[in-house]
Amino acid sequence: MSTADAAQARLIIVDRQIVADPWQTLPDDAPAPDSGDIIVSWDRWLADAATLRARSGRVGACCPSTVNPALSDALAGLSLIALSFPKFADGRPYTYARLLRQQRGFTGELRATGEVLRDQLLYLWRCGFNAFELSPGRDLTDALKAFDEFTVDYQPGTPARAGR
Amino acid sequence: MYRYTPTDQRVVDERVEQFRDQVRRRLSGELSEDEFRPLRLMNGLYLQRHAYMLRVAIPYGLMSSDQLRRLAHIARTYDKGYGHFTTRQNIQYNWPELEAVPEILSDLAEVEMHAIQTSGNCIRNITCDHLAGVADDEVVDPRPYCELMRQWSTFHPEFSYLPRKFKLAFTGASTDRAAIRFHDIGLQAVLNDAGEVGFKVFVGGGLGRTPVIAEVLRDFVPAEDLLGYTESILRVYNLEGDRENKYKARIKILVRRLGIEAFAEKVEADFAATYGDHLRLTPERIDEMAAFFRPRPLAAVDPAAEAALAQATAASPAFAHWRRQNTVSHKYAGYHGVIISLKAPGIAPGDITAAQMDGVAALADEVSGAEIRALHSQNLLLADVPSDRLFETWEVLRTLRLATANVGTLTDAICCPGLDFCSLANATSIPLVHELNERFNDLDRLYALGHVTLKISGCINACGHHHVGHIGILGIDRRGEEYYQIMLGGSESDDAALGEFIGRAFPRADIVPAIERLLTVYVKVRTSPEERFIDTYRRVGVAPFKEGTYVDG
Repeated sequence: MSTADAAQARLIIVDRQIVADPWQTLPDDAPAPDSGDIIVSWDRWLADAATLRARSGRVGACCPSTVNPALSDALAGLSLIALSFPKFADGRPYTYARLLRQQRGFTGELRATGEVLRDQLLYLWRCGFNAFELSPGRDLTDALKAFDEFTVDYQPGTPARAGR
Repeated sequence: MYRYTPTDQRVVDERVEQFRDQVRRRLSGELSEDEFRPLRLMNGLYLQRHAYMLRVAIPYGLMSSDQLRRLAHIARTYDKGYGHFTTRQNIQYNWPELEAVPEILSDLAEVEMHAIQTSGNCIRNITCDHLAGVADDEVVDPRPYCELMRQWSTFHPEFSYLPRKFKLAFTGASTDRAAIRFHDIGLQAVLNDAGEVGFKVFVGGGLGRTPVIAEVLRDFVPAEDLLGYTESILRVYNLEGDRENKYKARIKILVRRLGIEAFAEKVEADFAATYGDHLRLTPERIDEMAAFFRPRPLAAVDPAAEAALAQATAASPAFAHWRRQNTVSHKYAGYHGVIISLKAPGIAPGDITAAQMDGVAALADEVSGAEIRALHSQNLLLADVPSDRLFETWEVLRTLRLATANVGTLTDAICCPGLDFCSLANATSIPLVHELNERFNDLDRLYALGHVTLKISGCINACGHHHVGHIGILGIDRRGEEYYQIMLGGSESDDAALGEFIGRAFPRADIVPAIERLLTVYVKVRTSPEERFIDTYRRVGVAPFKEGTYVDG
């Protein structure tokens, strides 16, 4: 990543910190660079996993809310799974996240992308997401407060109380 | 009844602050109305025809007198001096200002109440047999499980953005008074041959545009697995429920699409894969919860009191009517359940003033262990009134104008808010009840009709449950005019059935006369005054009713 790109890198929340996103989201028609961390579409990952795994950089894949990635046999080699929210009210990725963490033992970055708003962050976190690309124009510093709005909960066994 | 632990208190207190901040961000424009809507809905705040409406949860219908006094305070301070009890054992306020809602929630939190998940596409307030703990046909008191379920479902991170709303109801009696077959999940507490508690699980019931009677998903889920099994049902629904079309998004449509066997296989597969000790209800946990709901020690009632009560009943026909209609038998001899009718003539079904709430709270302190229950039928209940206080209870209720002796009769109608409040409605519903009350104001005439359930909805969303009334009325809009269709033969109990339309709709001016003609037919064709309306209908079918009802129209 060039210095100019880094300056423009979007800010995201990872593990409750605001950081410059080190990952590059790659359009389907762009060739994969040999190095660097890239996020490709779920279809591209399924089609090209062998090639993408052979690169030196890490690979992530972005899964649409209509696909349950926890049923996939192609998780090996993924360092990041981004789950896309076409609308924030689409609740399927909450279940995907729990199943990825708790059934599939996925330990990489689990990222919420798409329409991701402050008031969903705490539940997303509790379901196992640890990275959040907020919708454009949102105040990330303010959004961090959402993680502490509740200090107790009633559901034993959800993935994230760790890290608090 | 259940009392909050420090954890419970913290949850509601933190919720107040969270919502206060959400309202602040909405008012400052940081949140758009689209973004705010689901947040306020999950807090029971609707935007209706004239104003916001706030729905406050009364978990499984049970409240203390202090809580009822607080509900009265809220009605007086933030609303127009009254509240409205709903069919799901909640209370609604029709006129709060958005800016005041955080304060209302704060007032509620002080008495261990909240508005959490009383709306929105999440798990709603848990409802329950209103006679739990006192019914003589009860097998298991379901309330400890209701509270365990309330806690598990509160702010569940995985199930707060479901395809659509999700409602659970419990009973532990042999007679269903909680309409469990018309809920997304209905849970009937039962005992197996070994005497262990478990649940018969019904799934996929509901009313609305597509009424469906729930099917049995499993005959016996051991009590310890209740939360785990429910979680698996919710998970299958969250993954596979329709998210494109809100009218096909309830679990009943998914169950119907997959078939109950295929749905059950998916639930069992998830349960096998995900269930673990974290959700298991240990006997200790269940006992700990059950301790909150043990019946309070009831003193034996002096036999002389029974004689006095019999005498009072003989001496006062008004009291005798009220006693017959508005009291129910109790597990313990010498005690009575007293149903407080919120169906007085001229009053919208379920409405109660702040002064009446205070009066009921004081009465509950005196005669019924300082507890009050809200009923599915939009009435209230004092569960444990001893024989020696029953007459006095009636007198107090009379002075409060809460002793209308019409429970179980035609005028004990369930009714949605209709066009008077609701922005979805096509037709008014409350004025129909007023008119019915005027026409049937002669109690003898009303009693002669016996037990009949009347349910009125102002539109096809069916909040007035018209499909499951012995008589159902559905308001429709026809070229800007209010029309009403009549359905017959519905039931929401063990004999669950969906009513059938009898024919073309009646104009506003003729709907109440049509009901009158219909009932004239019933009186004419019943075998005896003991044959209930629904039984007559089932025996003779729709034809005579159709003939008699349309004769003038």
